Amino acid sequence: MADSYSILRKPLILGNKSYEDVTRDVCYPLEQKPSKAWWITFLVAMAMMGVGIVAVTYQVETGIGTWGLNNTVGWAFDITNFVFWIGIGHAGTLISAILFLFRQRWRTSVNRSAEAMTIFAVICAGIFPIIHMGRPWLAFWVLPYPNFRGPLWVNFRSPLVWDMFAISVYFTISLVFWYVGLIPDLATIRDRTTSKVKRAITGFFSLGWNGSNRTWLRYETVYLLLAGLATPLVVSVHTIVSWDFATSIIPGWHATIFPPYFVAGAIFSGFAMVLTLMLIVRKVLHFEDYITLHHIESMCKVIIATAGMVGLAYMTEFFVAAYSGNEYERFAFVNRALGPYAWAYWIMAGCNVLVPQLLWWKNIRRNPTLVFFIVILINVGMWFERFVIITISLTRDYLPASWASYAPTSIEIAALVGSFGLFFTLFLLFARFLPMISIGEVKGVLSYGHKKEGGHS
Amino acid sequence: MRDRLLVASFGDEKDIIGATRAAKEAGYEIVDVYTPFAVHGLDKAMGLRPSRLPWICLGLGLTGAIAKLWYQIWTSATSWPVNVGGKPLSSVPAFVPVTFEIMVLFAGVGTVLAFFFVSRLRPGRAPNVLYDRATNDKFVLVLLQNDAAFNVSKVQKLFQKFHVEKIEERLTEENRT
Repeated sequence: MADSYSILRKPLILGNKSYEDVTRDVCYPLEQKPSKAWWITFLVAMAMMGVGIVAVTYQVETGIGTWGLNNTVGWAFDITNFVFWIGIGHAGTLISAILFLFRQRWRTSVNRSAEAMTIFAVICAGIFPIIHMGRPWLAFWVLPYPNFRGPLWVNFRSPLVWDMFAISVYFTISLVFWYVGLIPDLATIRDRTTSKVKRAITGFFSLGWNGSNRTWLRYETVYLLLAGLATPLVVSVHTIVSWDFATSIIPGWHATIFPPYFVAGAIFSGFAMVLTLMLIVRKVLHFEDYITLHHIESMCKVIIATAGMVGLAYMTEFFVAAYSGNEYERFAFVNRALGPYAWAYWIMAGCNVLVPQLLWWKNIRRNPTLVFFIVILINVGMWFERFVIITISLTRDYLPASWASYAPTSIEIAALVGSFGLFFTLFLLFARFLPMISIGEVKGVLSYGHKKEGGHS
Repeated sequence: MRDRLLVASFGDEKDIIGATRAAKEAGYEIVDVYTPFAVHGLDKAMGLRPSRLPWICLGLGLTGAIAKLWYQIWTSATSWPVNVGGKPLSSVPAFVPVTFEIMVLFAGVGTVLAFFFVSRLRPGRAPNVLYDRATNDKFVLVLLQNDAAFNVSKVQKLFQKFHVEKIEERLTEENRT
């Protein structure tokens, strides 16, 4: 069938797969005993998570004083981690919803894992504001619930309340989107597995799916609707996150550019994380025919585009600070680039603006090893972007008398390590028990790039 | 009453579309088609109307948005008004973000629940898989043998052109869903 390739469109899935091959290849990792590599990474991830659990338990028991925060710098490591993880999640929704609306059919190979990544990243993100409350058992106070104190309601004019709603809805919709996409694949596993337990569990969660075309028609409609809803949702989420800062009057935070700047940054960092995971997955699980160099290249192109947007935002911030004539604003930016935390600023600028420029070269985009190193640097750079915006702005506000510096304590670093541990633990469990690639959707694009008369044989 | 069904399986998406269209044109009653993935164009071949779920989505979204907007105004301006920085009690622009989020929540979750309801998808439902490879690599067309004139060999001949792989006759369970 190799001779029936279309000259206009390259096939999305290599290796001339039949429908049966797709089912077998994707289900293969689920039907084997986990490999040694899986166990090693899983145990390392669990250990990292354990470190985080110990640190957070100690912090909750002792108090927020275990962190390096002070009166001036009230938000630092934890909120940086929160914004970082929320941003990671955005690429999953972008791939699953926005690329779906744009009919980018290559997304089928990566959307399942990207959506899973979104859910896990939002879980990691949600932990930080909750533990920052100091008394996390009272976290329900951010919800408007009937009470005997008036009833006293939350302040719906506050961006922090908006944020709580945005993150909760984002998590719920991402989970629903992911689950709806999983139903047909769970039915495939149900009809294929020989294990009774597995059949019972997948049978329960596949809700009696039998591939009826009447159901498929509605399913496609629902999928389109969810994509249409998730697209403005994902933009709203990081917009609202940016409002946490932009509606305050701290120099360096109080900027109208924040919403688009944060959304572009979120997609940028999210794609870096998707690529980090996908490059490992395709190698370890041998999905090279499904997640091809073409997929890596496409994602790299999104990274170049969003790196450009982020770079433009960095420059615009400086221009506006200079042009505004506002001395506090000017000082905040001079301090950012040349002050005591200049090293963090230049790590950010180097990793987010300079390093991605390497991806203009096709040879680099098509070299998974090099791409892997580049996206790791972008992950680092984007973490520092949030640190630069949040922490450096706070250390120097209007009154020199209240200036302070900030350094994280071991407890804060352990909590960050723990969040990575949680993320990878969840992702590895996902890779072990659920199909990493959408079986149904990939079968739908198998004929892509083959001549009409070619057919499957 | 137990119905007699004719179950024909095919190996390719183009064949199932062709066979379905041919069966429809020949006047056979199509019970359903079972496919491993969403085959585009099959709904037209079967003569299915577009789903009405978008209307449910719109209705639920509007319900969520209106309810949440009212709720914010009620809590902030009526139930327990708190003066925050001298801002108006009923500051509608500030209520837009949460209204939007709740609209998406209602529309998204509600549409999925409505989809489960109309498609009778629920935990514990017996999948009623006529051919277990329909969720793997086979495309299954199910016809209803609705009258005595139904001629199996004629159907077989009709489907030959579409590389039919297997034709079986089945009886339905008591309640066909």
